Amino acid sequence: MKNIIVYCEITEEQHVADVSLELLSKGRKLADDIQAKLEAVVIGSDLQHIEKEIYPFGIDTIYLFDDARLFPYRTLPHASIVINLFREITPEIALFGATSVGRDLAPRIASALRCGLTADCTSLEIGSYEDKDKTFDQLLYQIRPAFGGNIIATIVNPETRPQMATVREGVMKKEVFNADYQGQVKKMNLENYLGKDDFQVEILERQIEPQKVNIKGSQIIVAGGYGVGSKENFKLLQELAEVLGGEVGATRAAVDAGFIEHERQIGQTGVTVRPKLYIACGISGAVQHRAGMDQSAKIISINNDVEAPINAIADYVIVGDVMDVVPKMIKMYKKHAK
Amino acid sequence: MSFRIIVLAKQVPDTRNVGKDAMKEDGTVNRAALPAIFNPEDLNALELALRIKDSIKDAEIQIVTMGPFRAAEIIRESIFRGADGGFLITDRKFAGSDTLATSYALSLAVEKLRPFDLVIAGRQAIDGDTAQVGPQTAEKLNLPQITYTEDVIAVDEKSITLKRRLERGIEIVKTSYPAMITVHSSAPECRPRNVKRMMKFKHARTVHELQDENKDYTELRNRCPYLDIPEWTVADLNADEVRLGLSGSPTKVKKIDNVVLAHKDSVSLTNSESEIEALMKELIDTHIVG
Repeated sequence: MKNIIVYCEITEEQHVADVSLELLSKGRKLADDIQAKLEAVVIGSDLQHIEKEIYPFGIDTIYLFDDARLFPYRTLPHASIVINLFREITPEIALFGATSVGRDLAPRIASALRCGLTADCTSLEIGSYEDKDKTFDQLLYQIRPAFGGNIIATIVNPETRPQMATVREGVMKKEVFNADYQGQVKKMNLENYLGKDDFQVEILERQIEPQKVNIKGSQIIVAGGYGVGSKENFKLLQELAEVLGGEVGATRAAVDAGFIEHERQIGQTGVTVRPKLYIACGISGAVQHRAGMDQSAKIISINNDVEAPINAIADYVIVGDVMDVVPKMIKMYKKHAK
Repeated sequence: MSFRIIVLAKQVPDTRNVGKDAMKEDGTVNRAALPAIFNPEDLNALELALRIKDSIKDAEIQIVTMGPFRAAEIIRESIFRGADGGFLITDRKFAGSDTLATSYALSLAVEKLRPFDLVIAGRQAIDGDTAQVGPQTAEKLNLPQITYTEDVIAVDEKSITLKRRLERGIEIVKTSYPAMITVHSSAPECRPRNVKRMMKFKHARTVHELQDENKDYTELRNRCPYLDIPEWTVADLNADEVRLGLSGSPTKVKKIDNVVLAHKDSVSLTNSESEIEALMKELIDTHIVG
């Protein structure tokens, strides 16, 4: 039977990361589509009972590597384990979070196994592919915006296995498959998987902060683009967000310009959000940004440019200057709020 | 030279400033319409290399870049800013390479420059944003990799200590040599060109550039051999051609779609107080806010 495997990332609090749970949810659906088993590889330290956290996502087999040297994450030991495990169990599909861990690890594995890898996918589907006179069935379609967001590319890996992809946090939906689902845990003998000199890189110090900003969980998001103009102007967006009980988000251009911190970036290379209300301020709407917000229930676009691409997916378009419109919204909200 | 640093750099189309004529009618990318620039994080990588060179006696920096003939500009630019020399990997047989095939070609070029101590590259290139080529090259060279580097904390002939930028914090790590480093955009900006070096190296050219300019620099180059920027082809790298270009790339593009927006029936408002008041009232009444 074919198998799909998810690399489960372990958080500072010794839980499986949200992005991995999201990938397990997607992995379960893909596994059903191609009649495959869903498997997980979990690598870390002090992982007793970790299986209970992830069985409900429909996992059939967990490959567990538990050793004090395996947390915090280091490239070489994790890479050796995954490479050797994949050689043994030959997965059909392997999914990784597009995090600082997943983006460090997945390419190393793809290189060793000489297989294809697609970064930052915004959608994964199963389908067929024809190349000259050959047809490949049940391939993984790895779909991502490319080239500055001007195009959407569907990538396939017809000949090599596993078919590998990374996906950002929030892109897939976290969904419990069956609360009583029960698979099996395979406790693995680490020494059979490690390479020589795998602990060459020493971690001298770590300062990891707990997640401060939680824009993914916010029901109301006031997001600003490069058009907002300055760090100072973003404070007005902050004020609107506070009044409405929401969070501030931003486009990559606004983050790159230094208007706001990177944690608030929404889009293909940031966070994906699905709030009740998304207020897009001075955002033109590049496809990478829309990939991170187009499933918002209601979208309001405030823009000087009537032709801004984002207006096409907005429920309301306010034509005007952000600095002019936002104060009026704050004033009118305060006037009518109960 | 006792300490060799190899910097991998790429010339990229400036996808951050894509104009209307960047796409051809058939939906493919019109690379010719985009200005070619030094990939921003590769400039951060060059600066990191220069700082290491500043603190280690007899260190040298060699640039390796892969691309068309005009990518030699990257090497010249790096030399103006302090690199010692560079190599252009160029051959039609590389066309269509994905990250796996690219890292194979780069790793062969780096192999030719052994012995080396460090290989340094930008985290990712703005025309793909994959961040895959660095780790894949490290794997092929069997090097440990320190990704997302922000700064050098300490360095000597035996080891280097680096600060890494992660999503929610930092990590200080130490490694011996040889090793691969990829550099994050939050690392120090690259120093500007050095006027003396510009004077000295302004005529640095590859063979193909000389042919294009149709000038005879024979005398000058005999006198100043450092003005030669070597080009390496597939043959020079002894590469297995099956592992290059389209045949060496496991990822295939099934299709490319132009971005078509799903249109919603949107309500257009002016920024008058009354219209905004009506909107806010509706949002409150429908419990979307409040």
